[in-house]
Amino acid sequence: MSSSPLLVKNWLDPDAKPFIEFRGVTKLFDGVPAVRDVNLSIYQKELFCLLGGSGSGKTTLLRMLAGFEAPTEGSVWIDGVDITKVPAYERPVNMMFQSYALFPHMTVFDNVAYGLKRDGLPKAQIAERVAELLDLVRLSAYAKRKPDQLSGGQRQRVALARALAKRPKVLLLDEPLGALDKNLREDTQLELIKIQESLGMTFIVVTHDQEEAMTLATRIGVMDEGYLVQTDEPHTIYEYPNSTYVADFIGDINLLECVVTENDAGNLVLSAPQLETTIDLDDPVTGAVNQTLWYAIRPEKMRLARDPSTAVNALKGVVHEIAYLGDFSVYWIDLANGFRVRVSRPNISRMDDFAEAWGEEVWITWDGSAGVVLSQ
Amino acid sequence: MRLSRYVFPVMASLGFGFLYLPILILVIYSFNESKLVTVWGGFSTRWYVELFQDPQILDAAKLSLQIAASSATIALVLGVAAAMTLVRFRWFRGRTWLAGMVAAPLVMPEVITGLSLLLLFVALDNWLGWPSGRGVTTIVLAHATFGMAFVAVIVQARLRDMDLTLEEAAMDLGARPLTVFFTVTLPTIAPALVASWLLAFTLSLDDLVIASFVSGPGSSTLPMVVFSKVRLGISPDINALATLMILIVGLGGVFGFWQMRRSTHRRSS
Repeated sequence: MSSSPLLVKNWLDPDAKPFIEFRGVTKLFDGVPAVRDVNLSIYQKELFCLLGGSGSGKTTLLRMLAGFEAPTEGSVWIDGVDITKVPAYERPVNMMFQSYALFPHMTVFDNVAYGLKRDGLPKAQIAERVAELLDLVRLSAYAKRKPDQLSGGQRQRVALARALAKRPKVLLLDEPLGALDKNLREDTQLELIKIQESLGMTFIVVTHDQEEAMTLATRIGVMDEGYLVQTDEPHTIYEYPNSTYVADFIGDINLLECVVTENDAGNLVLSAPQLETTIDLDDPVTGAVNQTLWYAIRPEKMRLARDPSTAVNALKGVVHEIAYLGDFSVYWIDLANGFRVRVSRPNISRMDDFAEAWGEEVWITWDGSAGVVLSQ
Repeated sequence: MRLSRYVFPVMASLGFGFLYLPILILVIYSFNESKLVTVWGGFSTRWYVELFQDPQILDAAKLSLQIAASSATIALVLGVAAAMTLVRFRWFRGRTWLAGMVAAPLVMPEVITGLSLLLLFVALDNWLGWPSGRGVTTIVLAHATFGMAFVAVIVQARLRDMDLTLEEAAMDLGARPLTVFFTVTLPTIAPALVASWLLAFTLSLDDLVIASFVSGPGSSTLPMVVFSKVRLGISPDINALATLMILIVGLGGVFGFWQMRRSTHRRSS
């Protein structure tokens, strides 16, 4: 979805005004840092995903934007206004909670109408707006039900309608699809994108699910131990991770510790002791001779071959295990020194050449541009 | 296995018998024709008729109900305030003290509570002229004091269980703290409010010791009247009165249980 033609990539424009800004935000809980020195600009109409493991600080960052936590240091800005000290009930943001937090004593209608009533809108106008929202999330028939009479997916949609009711400038979604089963989740992801694009609202989604982030996001911010370690478009995050942490966290990857053996005007040759081989690189990389670097290469960027003659990089190994996953298969290849490499292979034909290659000696080959070199 | 098959029912019947046999006997004897409490003289409802013709008991019952209702209501307001403070505002100076002191009346012997309240009321009367003398006001205040402790404990437990994100969601949607409290917090803990009000009500209705300390002339509660009557010899109309009270308390208990079950059912589903 990141390739949607409607999308304006504001973050590439140095003159674009950020819509949401975290400026040097740090949050300590009893002296323990949860968020550390985060600087982040999010632009209007973005669907931004904060991605990280549990305890990475992503939810804390979101809660500081909603106003439930106050930053220990730094400031939070929305639309050019410093909202660091503005209480939650006056902020132009609404949140969809992980637990949905539907009011159990109110009907679906009253839940969605809650925020509108606080604004003191006339009854007729509230009824009209709620009907419109319930229509949007396809729950018009359930207006009189209580939350405990709804299924998980229906509750999720009520929570979404309630959060959208006040037409917030920013909608915050904390693990919005975490409680849904797989099929429902995929449908809902697409629906979320549709709603976001049709309303032209800025969405910020917190998730630990990288696939979800990849599907939804215009840009992803990866968090680790309170630091925002990389902020980029999904494609960039996946193909050009800036650290071994991001490379490892997003998708599968083979990480090889290497030493620079030659630096011929930027054309490096790496020696990887784990592979007992050298790697030729296409892309220019900076690095001094004898510096330790990591070479990271995704399983799907490697190929299996029985004859390595034409390949730039090639390694010999023995097939240890094959995991057939339907759309593709994952091969674990043991090299002579015991290092295990993951290679994945799309199942283009019904009976793949290597489908029963257990214990067979094969070659792994890859192009010079297939991997990335990381310095940290 | 075999042992437990017999032992547990026997133990259970012993226990329940111990608890409920005296009450059952009391109920049976309330329908006794004979004036002697211990001799069965045939079925009759004359003591109920007599009971409703005794102005002293009727007045005392009315007074007790009034005191119980008003003291339970005061206890509810104060107890909820205390519980909210203790659960929601975690870090203030003296929190541990307040937490301990709120629960103290639960374990305090009633004689001491009664005596200390009496001393307080006398001192207040001397300094401020309020509450002037001892009477209904002082009993209500005294009952509200210990009722509040029970309310605070029950409501605290419910507040701790409550999903905090509900309040955050309300605030997020633009509700100020007071609106959050009245539109989200209170409705969510409503079953606990009903239960604790009923408990405070019952405790007030039941109390003899504290009321004896702080009551004045013309403000004898039902337990005080019953107690003084029993000292002159047990009359069967007391049995009738007790049966009626058991009926009321029993209905209250069933209602409370039904409320609780409804709310837990909702939460679990």
